[in-house]
Amino acid sequence: MVHIITRRGALALGAGAAAMMALREEAAAQQIPTQPADPPRLPIESGASLRVIRPARFVAPDEEFFRANTEKFSKQFNVPVRVDFVGWEDIRPQTAVLANTGTGPDVVIGWSDDPHIYADKLHDLSDVAEYLGKKYGGWQFLAEKYGKRHRTNNWIAIPLGGSTGPLVYRISAVKEAGFDKIPEDHAGFLQLCKRMKEIGKPAGFALGNAVGDGNGTANWLTWSFNSFLTDEDGKVAINQPATIRALEYLKELYPTFVPGTLSWLDPTNNRAYAAQECWMTPNGVSLYFALKNDPNTRHIAEDTDHANLPRGLAPDAPQSATIINAMVFKSVRYPNAAKAYIQFMMEAEQYNPWLTACLGYWSHPLKAYDASAVWTSDPKIALYRRGLDYRYWSGYKGPITAASGTAASEYVLVQMYASVAAGQATPQQAVQEAERRARRIFR
Amino acid sequence: MDATASAIAWTRERAQPWWLVRLFDWKPFLIFACMLPAVGLLMVFLTYPLGLGIWLAFTDATIGRDGRWVGLENFIWLAEDPIFWSSVFYSVFYTAVATVGKFGLGLWLALLLNNHIPFKSLLRAIVLLPWIVPTVLSAIAFWWIYDAQFSVISWFVVDVLGLRDTYFDFLGSTWPARWSLIAANIWRGIPFVAITLLAGLQTISPSLYEAALLDGSTGWQRFRYITFPLLLPILAIVMTFSIIFTFTDFQLVYAITRGGPVNSTHLMATLAFQRGIPGGQLAEGAAIAVAMVPFLVFATLFSYFALARRKWQQGESND
Repeated sequence: MVHIITRRGALALGAGAAAMMALREEAAAQQIPTQPADPPRLPIESGASLRVIRPARFVAPDEEFFRANTEKFSKQFNVPVRVDFVGWEDIRPQTAVLANTGTGPDVVIGWSDDPHIYADKLHDLSDVAEYLGKKYGGWQFLAEKYGKRHRTNNWIAIPLGGSTGPLVYRISAVKEAGFDKIPEDHAGFLQLCKRMKEIGKPAGFALGNAVGDGNGTANWLTWSFNSFLTDEDGKVAINQPATIRALEYLKELYPTFVPGTLSWLDPTNNRAYAAQECWMTPNGVSLYFALKNDPNTRHIAEDTDHANLPRGLAPDAPQSATIINAMVFKSVRYPNAAKAYIQFMMEAEQYNPWLTACLGYWSHPLKAYDASAVWTSDPKIALYRRGLDYRYWSGYKGPITAASGTAASEYVLVQMYASVAAGQATPQQAVQEAERRARRIFR
Repeated sequence: MDATASAIAWTRERAQPWWLVRLFDWKPFLIFACMLPAVGLLMVFLTYPLGLGIWLAFTDATIGRDGRWVGLENFIWLAEDPIFWSSVFYSVFYTAVATVGKFGLGLWLALLLNNHIPFKSLLRAIVLLPWIVPTVLSAIAFWWIYDAQFSVISWFVVDVLGLRDTYFDFLGSTWPARWSLIAANIWRGIPFVAITLLAGLQTISPSLYEAALLDGSTGWQRFRYITFPLLLPILAIVMTFSIIFTFTDFQLVYAITRGGPVNSTHLMATLAFQRGIPGGQLAEGAAIAVAMVPFLVFATLFSYFALARRKWQQGESND
């Protein structure tokens, strides 16, 4: 599968098509276990046509297979479908315009929180979700969390996939530091980082204004000490002793990092890891594949493995995932066609080739896809198989709302940790400031 | 008889002009009608966005939800927000230091380029380069220059010269990050100042310098009593523009630090964007943007009145 990526720069059309055919056959041959289930009755409106928007691709086959599956739907149901791949930052404003004006794409594949912001304006997708869940062995935890409306059993969105950021580390560096695997407890992990610093192969966790990586660091620290930003009712609860302990832990951990993590933006840790300046950092699977597909860095990939972020005091791995969530607004003209399209894309004949082609960049939401060959294609990506099975979500423990998204994009927790790491604030001051800002966002 | 008859016929043929024609012959209306397209453009592209921005600042709008009128609530919140005040401080500091730097170096460069040197026009063209390059590109270049692991400056000082043991942490703590951004802004702003001042220098008549030379003036005296006073009008304009550009700078800061570390390099413009678009608090972002207006008006008036007084320019004392 590797050759697809390496060729994508100067991809000759013929080669791409051939590779696609090969992948498709390979994927079709796999057996995804299914249970008998009755699909919902969705009579497609006559003269229906659809427009779909989704975030831009991770890797070239993501787009190729998505388009191929869409074309299959068009042919089978005689519904013309146009798919637009939209820049990651632009999905949200476009969704907002659609919600307010009622005109725009019929199917929006947006980010995790988006359906919860517009819950009242969305078609209920429970019939599709329940059918898919029954047929494919049920939904994983985060899929259910992000798909269902808070405290109800009604599905307002169908999660298509998610990406998660566990620990990416150099096997040799961890060994040299005297460890066989990544310790799960705080003290052990601190010890590992201290040793790695001593041998000149330090770890690095982003603490700059990085939407993905910075929030990943902040959430891990918060959740691994059993703290949380909001309680079950969505009230701000960050000002608690557990947060102070997390901040004090970071004060000890931060000096072991490679210098400069306070200014790290999202791409920085990838660069530092590839340049062998940083030997352990949380990231998605993209880093591993980028290294593996470049002959100059392949040796780094061979020395790389993935692990869950240290659990600390938490009952489960303290991390979450970013989800792409398909939704249908009530204002669309052909709701049945839109629902049928989403359902079609999730069926094994379409979904599995796509999932396989994405090489693990997207983790699947339906449990049956655990059997997909993509997860055995490379033993080092096996961890991403349960990428949507983590038990934490944005704004944990509260409901998913617009405010939880705002708190993340305003870096409330990231800056709380960064100010303590930088020595600008005591843990008490930092947590009070974070509480003050969060109160405004969650009012 | 004949003549009179034909004269009458001639007058009679001239019918009363149609009311529309009369209307357009009426000067005040004609002027108004001719100005309408321009007014329309201004309303649509200037007044409406500005008015909408100001309106938003007094509501609680978020992305995806229309706001209700909340009066001064946003401004009261901002008044208690240390991040906002830190951005106000840094905006003023950034503008002041960068403007002084740009004008000092820009004026110096303009004076150098005003001399007769070989390849004069080629050099002048090269000087413009930093200004021609899109800001985001130069910002990304500086992002690399200031990178914690890959900075060329760190590499040169540590690995080539061996003067230090550790790499510089340009963007990792408050003041180094602030100064680094100011340096990038100065680098980018010098060409604009230098080229416009050079244009001003060229308008000064050489005969003034010749006369001064005959009187036995020194180089400093020629600068102080001829170049500087005659350059002042253009200096005032350039400074006004420069202050406005610097105060509203966005791209450099957003591309290099996103306002970090811990919000210490947020300018009002970047904070307004951060709160308004990624943060979704449209109204709060608008309020920060509106809060920039008094500073800009003050800067403009200051440059205009302090530097552009006619009498002062002509070497007389003010009344």
